[in-house]
Amino acid sequence: MGKTNRKIPEINAGSMADIAFLLLIFFLVTTTIDTDSGIARKLPPLPEDELEEPPKIKPQNLLIIIANKNEEITYKKRYLRTDGTCCDEDLDSRPPENIKVNPKELKEISKKFITNNGKDPTMSVSPIKAIISLEAEYCSYETYISAQNSLAAAYKEIRNEESIKLYSKKYERLDKEKQVVIKKSYPQKISEADIN
Amino acid sequence: MGKFRKNRKSENQTISTSSLPDIVFMLLFFFMVTTVMRETTINVKQDLPTATEVKKLEKKSLVSYIYVGALNTGYKKTISNEWKSRFMSEINEPAFVQINDKICENPFSNNPSETSDIQAYMELERTTGAPTYRDEKEIPFMTTSLKCDKNVNMKLVYLIKKELRKSDAFKINYSTKKDD
Repeated sequence: MGKTNRKIPEINAGSMADIAFLLLIFFLVTTTIDTDSGIARKLPPLPEDELEEPPKIKPQNLLIIIANKNEEITYKKRYLRTDGTCCDEDLDSRPPENIKVNPKELKEISKKFITNNGKDPTMSVSPIKAIISLEAEYCSYETYISAQNSLAAAYKEIRNEESIKLYSKKYERLDKEKQVVIKKSYPQKISEADIN
Repeated sequence: MGKFRKNRKSENQTISTSSLPDIVFMLLFFFMVTTVMRETTINVKQDLPTATEVKKLEKKSLVSYIYVGALNTGYKKTISNEWKSRFMSEINEPAFVQINDKICENPFSNNPSETSDIQAYMELERTTGAPTYRDEKEIPFMTTSLKCDKNVNMKLVYLIKKELRKSDAFKINYSTKKDD
């Protein structure tokens, strides 16, 4: 009986790399490391009682921004009465005027409005009371986002300035508790009108 | 002097490539694990606006998406005249709301007793049982990402926001491209 001492043939693994490369290229091509990013906002809850009257806000504490259907961003001009109080209309009772601004100007205006602290009687009394109202019913989404972006930028800069003053650090780099402190003194109050 | 003669068998040795598959497999597994296949085909135009003050959406499992835009070319759908007159976007094409794979037929409810497509979607995303098996604690942290085309009329966006408020989905994110 002749012993057949046959060796088990080895599988050639040379082409393994090719197969793996092929798969690798497939996954490389299909991978989309897309991180979704955007402007975060919180919606207000629906009013429980329709008849309930909204709280009265003094005109100087309210900055009304209107984006119209011509894709222009405007803000409502405030006037001074002779007794030093703020009102919507001019003394000569001209119709209320809307001043056109570009996104950069909008940021500056809102910064000035928020950090006014009662210096200018036509602007906010304090950052806590300052409310920005954004009316953008008829414009395109792009204009609306550019307005929202300007407002977000304004708040970010204000918070950064305050944070550098208090803790000599940028706002994003602060720990949570300190961020809350600054957030409390500079709350982001952006209101949007309801439509039916 | 001959002591230090080199004992080389051959002059040009080949580099062993036997570990090459291992390296390639390692890379392969990395990409296999990180790849997220897109489950939905988007049938609406998605030219997102740009913004500078953007934040990243962190937990993808907590994000629900609503796509808004004009229909992609090639996607056929009959458009009712009522819809046309209400939501003409800037480019004179009516915008549509897409949830998951479907273009919504009635995304908004006309009366309180009616459940709209958006409300139904939000409810489904928030169920603690099948199919999402969401943790009760996670629900307040859930975000809705509005992926709107930049030419969409704001009226449509307002209506979507109203539907979201009705279903208590208050955290939203206006999806934008980052612009430096």
